[in-house]
Amino acid sequence: MNSVIKLNKGLDIHIKGKATTDRTLPYQPKTFAIKPTDFKGLTPIPKMMVQIGDEVKAGDPLFYDKPQPDILYTAPVSGEIAEIRRGAKRAITEIVILADSQIQYKDFNAANPADMSPEDIRTRLLSSGLWPAIKQRPYNVVADPAVTPKAIFISGFDSAPMATDLNYAMDQGSESFQAGLDALSKLTDGKVHLSLNARDKATSKTFTDAKGVEIHWFKGKHPAGNVGIQIHHIDPINKGDIVWTLNPQHVSMIGKLFVQGKLDASITISTGGPEVKEPAYYQTILGACTDELLEDNLQSDHIRVISGNVLTGKRIERNGYLGYFDNLVSVIREGDDIAELIGWLIPSYARPSLSRTFFSGWFSALGIPEEMVVNTNTHGEHRAFVVTGQYEQVLPMDVYPVHLLKAILYRDFDQMEGLGIYELVEEDLALCEFVCTSKQQVQDILREGLDYVRSQN
Amino acid sequence: MKKLRQLLDDLEPKFAKNKFVHTLFDAADTLLFQPRFITRSGVHIRDGVDLKRTMFHVIIALQLCLLHGVMNIGHQHYIALGMFPEITDGLLQKAIYGLCQILPIVLVVHVVGLGIEILFAAKKGHSVEEGFLVTGVLIPLIMPPDIPLWMVAVATAFAVLVGKEAFGGTGMNILNVALMARVFVFFAYPGAISGDEVWVAYDYSWVHSLANAVLPGEDFLMIGAGIEPVHSFSGATPLALAAKGGWAEVEAATLPNGEQQYSISNLIIGFMPGSIGEMSKVGILAGIGILVATGIGSWRVMLSMLLGCAVMGLTFNVFAGDSPETSFLGVPFYYHFIMGGFLFAMAFMATDPVTAAQTNTGKFVYGFLIGAIGLIIRVSNPAYPEGWMMAILLMNVMAPLIDHYVIQGHIKRRLSRA
Repeated sequence: MNSVIKLNKGLDIHIKGKATTDRTLPYQPKTFAIKPTDFKGLTPIPKMMVQIGDEVKAGDPLFYDKPQPDILYTAPVSGEIAEIRRGAKRAITEIVILADSQIQYKDFNAANPADMSPEDIRTRLLSSGLWPAIKQRPYNVVADPAVTPKAIFISGFDSAPMATDLNYAMDQGSESFQAGLDALSKLTDGKVHLSLNARDKATSKTFTDAKGVEIHWFKGKHPAGNVGIQIHHIDPINKGDIVWTLNPQHVSMIGKLFVQGKLDASITISTGGPEVKEPAYYQTILGACTDELLEDNLQSDHIRVISGNVLTGKRIERNGYLGYFDNLVSVIREGDDIAELIGWLIPSYARPSLSRTFFSGWFSALGIPEEMVVNTNTHGEHRAFVVTGQYEQVLPMDVYPVHLLKAILYRDFDQMEGLGIYELVEEDLALCEFVCTSKQQVQDILREGLDYVRSQN
Repeated sequence: MKKLRQLLDDLEPKFAKNKFVHTLFDAADTLLFQPRFITRSGVHIRDGVDLKRTMFHVIIALQLCLLHGVMNIGHQHYIALGMFPEITDGLLQKAIYGLCQILPIVLVVHVVGLGIEILFAAKKGHSVEEGFLVTGVLIPLIMPPDIPLWMVAVATAFAVLVGKEAFGGTGMNILNVALMARVFVFFAYPGAISGDEVWVAYDYSWVHSLANAVLPGEDFLMIGAGIEPVHSFSGATPLALAAKGGWAEVEAATLPNGEQQYSISNLIIGFMPGSIGEMSKVGILAGIGILVATGIGSWRVMLSMLLGCAVMGLTFNVFAGDSPETSFLGVPFYYHFIMGGFLFAMAFMATDPVTAAQTNTGKFVYGFLIGAIGLIIRVSNPAYPEGWMMAILLMNVMAPLIDHYVIQGHIKRRLSRA
């Protein structure tokens, strides 16, 4: 084991209803969807390449973004285009596919990435629909194929609340993961970094045996598993640098694209949260509909379904679709009907907190994993910034988050750059938003800043 | 509980017409029930803590000081008149006398301060912010026990209007609001807050008459009415004495019954003349315990302020010499911790997160400089008997500058990394 990078700051939020890793159930719903809104940096109305009623195979293109026509967004399953949903200002939000029971794959020809030129690898990724799985920092947008990144970073673990255990999810298929790494390593002049969790009792051989990558061990509370935090400690992003980040499951899909010559977008996901009757792991495909997953599997009706974790995920309908980058469906209670008498002083139920004015604050300070039931209540009203030093406690980075946020609010470009906005994306500051006494919209403010800086560059 | 919630929901439309009344209603409502707001974007769950809870814990931390203040006002009053010399004597009278002094001040501060807060909140259309909860307790605690109520009212109005609302309300102010009230009295009515006479409440007011009327026994509370203060009683504070003749003078002070007035143990327990809430070191230490344990008060500011004071005290000790004029310089540095308002300023004033430096490095610099500058003012400036108010206000102004340099250093470090 290489030297371990220890992070002392952070906060683990333990929520009741985490799935156990004793088995994985197959899950194939009737419909799947690709959501253009999952990809940051796209124009709101992408160019559609299919119409309702068209038959597609897995890997057939659905749409592309007009400024980047090379990057194709493709169908994860075969079937019939059932619906193209639009949201505000006619922006396309969901392209729904009624799946075939037996998936037909578009043939991309099997090939060994080690023998291929970077150009061929790039072309294949662009046409297969897996290119958008590569996120580019700064800004967390779909990577620009014209740029060679300084390095590629993959986080081998997720430390977010109730997160899917990647050691378990990735344990099968080290071959495709390795092939994916081989392909990716050809796209950068620098290194491919893989970060693993030193707190895990056993790390999957898929990760530890990976070749051609630099393995880093991290030990710490959430957000230690966030790739942004890892980049900061491995090889920080300076002005002008461009790096790519990927999820391990996407790396495996890339591997299969080469080894098997088809877009096999299967993915292991989990459900979790106090409102799920039986949290479990499932084997499914990108963009799966959650309807059958949650049918007869919910404790109550007054709930919020989240694609992703409770800090960074997106709210979806009960019959909504899993996000392109998500492998977790969290279900928690909607907290708009909880009227607590003097609840701000004498809470009537335990709630997670960093503050040591709560017992739960002491539990987290002492490292006692106390699982709690959570809901969406804000536990207080929005206020101006008052308390200081709070964000710093949960952000293991050399960054002054409050000053950065203020610089964003008063649109000081130089200050944003100087304070390191290029290193951050929303998920890195999600915990800051969670612990904020003043209930500030930290992630929204940061996105505002990222979009502003991007528009100026 | 549900019925009460229902009642409030039913009542709300009736209060919606008038902005001021509605803001008042909303403040009461959110105080009574945690609002039923839910997360809209960003994180889906939020930490249990909010500003109300944070502020209220500071108030909890102040309770012992407040309690001690009540008893001490009564105690000083009666021993000045030559009665109840032991602390345990006449407890009921002392408590009621103290309450009669403190409660009107607390009431006036809240009526004036909260009134202005609600007015501004209504005007701006946002809810009443919690900053005043703490300010409202701090202002009475840093006033002399005999302060006229109208002065309290004027000072509070000045502090809230000029010190806070002019800058945009809670979280936006540059200067510590409670200290703004004190500094206003200090400069506008110096006679009311300096000298040897003001730190003990000698007289009876209509409040005491009123209380006396409902109490059993004819002169239960106003037992000392008409009695002149005992000739041998001096209301001079340890600081005034130390300024006169160094630590020896402090040690020499005696009570009417011949006991030493300022023994170390009494300086720590705090039954002596002074501002209402600053005397009990035990109470303040308990408050510090709560603030540091809960993480609400910055230990960085407190520790560095202690260090700043110690370093400056030691420096003074070096230059003390034997001359009586410089005897204040020779007061051992550790005695400075238990005299005057040092500990109180350290625990509750310097740590105000809004007006202190905001970066962790900055907090060390900020605290250290308050400790050092405060002691310079205390010891070497004859015009100001105590230095912490001035030092903290000065550093409040400087705090953004300290942060600026910390941030610039950070930006440079980031650039050099490339």
